[in-house]
Amino acid sequence: MTGIFRVAIIGSGPAGLSAAAHAAALGLAHILLEKTDHLSDTIFKYQKGKHVMATPANLVLRSDIDFEAGKRETILGRWDEQIAARKVNVKLNAEVLKVEGHKGAFRIALRSGEVVDAEAIVLAIGTQGNPNRLRCPGADSPLIQYQLDDPGEYFDEHITVIGSGDAGIENALGLAADPAQRNVVTILNRSADFARAKAANVALLEEAERDGRLIVRRETEPAEVRTRELLLNTRDGQETIRCDRIIARTGSQPPRGFVEAMGVEFSSPEPGSFPKLSPEFETTTPGIHVIGALAGYPLIKHCMNQGYDVIEFLAGNRDLKPADEPLLAEKFAQLPGNRSVAEWLDIFGRNIVVLGDLSVLQLRELMLDSAVHAYQPGEVIFRRNDPGSSMFAIAEGSVAVEVNPNDPSITVGIEQGSIFGEVGLISGRRRGATVRAAEPVVALELPRMAALKLLATSPGAARAVNSIAIERQLLQMFGAGLTRADVAPLVENAELKSVRAGQVVVAEGADDKDIYIIRSGSMIVEKQVGGRPVFLSYLPAGSYFGEMAVIDGSPRTATVKAAIKSEVIRVPGDGFLALLEQNPGLRDKALQQMSARRATNAFIESRKGEFSGAVDLYSQTAQFLVDNGIGEATDVLLIDEKLCIGCDNCERACADSHEGLSRLDREAGRTYAHLHVPTSCRHCEHPHCMADCPPNAIRRGPDGEVFIDETCIGCGNCQRNCPYGVIRMDAKPPKKPSLLQWMLLGKGPGPGEAPYGWRKSEAKKQGLPEAKLAVKCDMCAGIDGGPACVRACPTGAAIRVSPERFLTYTKLAEDTQ
Amino acid sequence: MTAGASRSRFREDETRRDSDHVSFLRHKRFRWAWAALALSLAAAAGYALIDQDPRPNGGSWYGYTLGTIGLGLILWLSLLGVRKRRINPGAWSLKAWTSAHVYLGLSLVVVGTLHTGFQIGWNVHSLAYVLMLLVIATGVYGVVAYTTLPARLSDNRREMTRAQMLDALTAIDRQLDGAAQPLARGEADLVLAALRQSPFAGGALARLTGRYPACQTARALAGMDTASEAQQRVRALLEKRAAQLAQIRGALRIQAALEVWLFLHITLTIALIAALSAHVISVFYYW
Ligand SMILES: Cc1cc2nc3c(=O)[nH]c(=O)nc-3n(C[C@H](O)[C@H](O)[C@H](O)COP(=O)(O)OP(=O)(O)OC[C@H]3O[C@@H](n4cnc5c(N)ncnc54)[C@H](O)[C@@H]3O)c2cc1C
Ligand code: HEM
Ligand code: SF4
Ligand code: SF4
Ligand code: SF4
Repeated sequence: MTGIFRVAIIGSGPAGLSAAAHAAALGLAHILLEKTDHLSDTIFKYQKGKHVMATPANLVLRSDIDFEAGKRETILGRWDEQIAARKVNVKLNAEVLKVEGHKGAFRIALRSGEVVDAEAIVLAIGTQGNPNRLRCPGADSPLIQYQLDDPGEYFDEHITVIGSGDAGIENALGLAADPAQRNVVTILNRSADFARAKAANVALLEEAERDGRLIVRRETEPAEVRTRELLLNTRDGQETIRCDRIIARTGSQPPRGFVEAMGVEFSSPEPGSFPKLSPEFETTTPGIHVIGALAGYPLIKHCMNQGYDVIEFLAGNRDLKPADEPLLAEKFAQLPGNRSVAEWLDIFGRNIVVLGDLSVLQLRELMLDSAVHAYQPGEVIFRRNDPGSSMFAIAEGSVAVEVNPNDPSITVGIEQGSIFGEVGLISGRRRGATVRAAEPVVALELPRMAALKLLATSPGAARAVNSIAIERQLLQMFGAGLTRADVAPLVENAELKSVRAGQVVVAEGADDKDIYIIRSGSMIVEKQVGGRPVFLSYLPAGSYFGEMAVIDGSPRTATVKAAIKSEVIRVPGDGFLALLEQNPGLRDKALQQMSARRATNAFIESRKGEFSGAVDLYSQTAQFLVDNGIGEATDVLLIDEKLCIGCDNCERACADSHEGLSRLDREAGRTYAHLHVPTSCRHCEHPHCMADCPPNAIRRGPDGEVFIDETCIGCGNCQRNCPYGVIRMDAKPPKKPSLLQWMLLGKGPGPGEAPYGWRKSEAKKQGLPEAKLAVKCDMCAGIDGGPACVRACPTGAAIRVSPERFLTYTKLAEDTQ
Repeated sequence: MTAGASRSRFREDETRRDSDHVSFLRHKRFRWAWAALALSLAAAAGYALIDQDPRPNGGSWYGYTLGTIGLGLILWLSLLGVRKRRINPGAWSLKAWTSAHVYLGLSLVVVGTLHTGFQIGWNVHSLAYVLMLLVIATGVYGVVAYTTLPARLSDNRREMTRAQMLDALTAIDRQLDGAAQPLARGEADLVLAALRQSPFAGGALARLTGRYPACQTARALAGMDTASEAQQRVRALLEKRAAQLAQIRGALRIQAALEVWLFLHITLTIALIAALSAHVISVFYYW
């Protein structure tokens, strides 16, 4: 190709395709550059037959190519056809390595050595990034591949898998699974153990190694890739093995470095941040535009709309309203004052301090993800003990916080432009106080994911929220009529510290004098008694510790360490003492709490002599529960195996209360001293599963439950992110014949989850969709009486408890029959 | 959901999350045990105090009263089979139902016996009575099983699921298959026979008793020499296989002991209801 294109579009995902199609429709000289030999690689890599979802449903699609929910194959097929029919200028196998030049004259260098010239660039490369390449001679050998689609398609080969993570292990096991394929499979690991992989995968690998199904080479690295041979660096020198194929699974590089090399600035150094963009998707490098997942919009519909829009902008259309305009209009319609979308955006962006740094585009996005509310004076915004992890920001008006639960007339005001509710966001805990509108209020409610995204993209917002949060936490902790001025010296000297799981914050016997507040995570308190650590108590986020040594000047009486990865606020002890001196009320409160803590310690110590076995068992059981993730749970299912008869009625009840799929696996999971932690959701304070959900379908419900709503697209990210393996992917099963029909006529599979075969064939018969969606425990939200698993247990073995209540001596050590 | 409803669920949830773990027997401080005791004492007191004419039996007005209470109780007790399988709607717990079932079921011994007026003979009326006692007897066994066996089931499991136990067996079998290659014909056949036998072979009796006289793995172990290295390897693997089988069979046995009585309990309940129907119809027919 010669000549200079008006626009070069890099990446042919939904965003790039839509842009290229619109450029073709407008007759712009364009080129679509795609790294792989097919269009839309991310979607191409979905598993075969995956049902692709078209969410959000109410967003109109604005694109020259079609998209509606359907099978991966159908969608890709249609795109291939339409891209050909619309005469889009596509160049496959054209990986862009480097971009030079400036607006009007960019030079785009491809891996093949060719150079493409363009006036403007649209970057739509998604967030997949590039697999890490081997770094040894021969790294560009055709023997090497970075992905394995179907392990069943290789026969009679010597295959080497490089990489010791889950992907590598799974590939190696897949290739060696069927002896009939007669492959000789070797997996290389640079170190001696497989520390980065899941324990279950390592166990399978070791078993396969023992059985001689594959070869594991530890402390071995590739030294050179030759024709049909691989030279290895081993601990004992070099060695050559036969090799017909190499599968390299050594992780991937996010595309950020590639993008930054073009001079494009990101909004912050945080890994979760995105390039800074103008409302026309232009980056800080004029002429380079970013759209799609790379711009922070992971849903296919958004991607396609932006592809269309960015070309309109490039073609000179300045009046184009984004496709989300009607959605925003609808959202703002409930606010008083009859203002236009632009006016409201201006009010929110200008008045709310933490939104100051955002571009219009980011602001729109944030608005779409958030809720707007108007409140009358006196109206409750949220109540103490409501669950909630969203943050509020006041665009107009002010609110009053009822700081004393016993006397609602004592309030502290929060003014226009500021935020509130951030404690719930940070700690994942319930609301600490009731908040009411003091005047007519217009407020923005940022759900957890939107708020976290804001903090990641805007360093200014992160700083502001941090210092407000520390101040509020201090006020809330020490309550009792303190003012902001009272705690100001403490806030100034407070220091935020992250602690690893297991890290000691306060050591028994030490004589440091600081107070700590647990901002997120949780701590366990233990004491050496008779040479062994005895578990004293469990402290959830929001509690403080270390005050005893400060108040009475003694050395630390117990050790406090993090149960899980946590954040603590360190407050110097003398500042705290000064505060106590000025506030007798606070002093009494602190002394009271201190004597309660002393009493627990004394109780357990006194028990130690009499029943030392029981105290040890208690300590070890508590430690076991903490090791199994109870430290970050809010509501967890436990089974007392001294009572469990293995009837699985709990699983059946769960399935029957939820569209026929059980959300718990009773047998799986760890057990200690007959206390069993089954595989079931712990409703974490900071749910890992929420981290990477394209439609933000995972939310916290009104009763504190973490649930997945109907916008789930079945991508499986949450399943991978949950460390406890409690999310399953499955299709909604067909309806079963009624219980009566089953009891009297033997119709259908009976109570509980129907066997897979029945679900599959029945779904086919009824023509039901087979999209596999994420399924997890919702704590039986909306079901009268609460958790069905607990209610359905005939013996009382199954209980759902909250850790800070359950991890006490009386609850844990008490003997059940 | 309104804010009010949500807050009441909050309170409910907090009580639940705070609760001790208490078994069905001690549920609510033996609430149903006390209720059953009160019912039994009242029935006995009535029997002793009320002047029944011509003599105490099912035909007197007091006998009818006891009979009606007993019949009602039996029908209600039988409904546990439905309740157990129908968790929604309703905010009830199966633990409470089981607790009430056990204690009120036991009180039937008193209520039923007093209803007969101690008149037992070879007829359909006494058949119903005997069946009722059998149902209760199996129930008592069940409660004993429920309180003693779960800990053993848990110990036997050693954190493995049933599927994992079978997987572990398959893994051993794969190794055995390879290790047996160098063996002589006779010994190789022993190993093959062990591999071919289903871990579940042996029938209901073996499952309940935990004795598997036809176990091929035991036979192979008995017949395996330890002269050569290959034989030692196979022996070691066979021992592993035997241990894995023992775990699987242990799980089967305890699970069977936890379930077999329920099978009798239900069958006898059906027979009891049939006999009761005959009893009631005949009583009214010959009125
Ligand atoms: C398993 C899974 C399931 C999903 N399911 C859904 C769903 O049902 N519905 C939904 O709306 N979203 C879904 N998503 C999200 C959605 O697929 C992505 O967010 C979307 O594809 C992003 O589109 P994009 O155009 O920005 O980038 P991508 O689709 O990632 O496309 C980027 C393209 O650029 C190419 N490229 C990269 N680097 C270069 C380079 N240097 N030179 C040239 N080309 C390059 C790549 O090969 C690729 O083809 C899912 C995601 C996953 C992982
Ligand atoms: C005449 C009296 C009784 C009748 C008709 C009766 C009937 C039943 C029925 C129909 C079931 C349900 C079984 C199922 O479907 O799984 C059941 C379960 C049970 N019964 Fe009884 N029963 C009686 C008395 C008793 C007594 C006296 C006891 C104990 C002392 C007892 C203990 C149990 C137990 C422990 C269960 C199992 C609960 C469970 O696992 O869900 N029953 N009974
Ligand atoms: S699904 Fe997993 S990560 Fe998410 S709340 Fe439940 S236990 Fe936590
Ligand atoms: S609480 Fe409800 S959804 Fe969760 S595991 Fe129990 S029955 Fe299932
Ligand atoms: S319902 Fe209770 S007894 Fe039955 S399997 Fe579940 S926890 Fe065990």
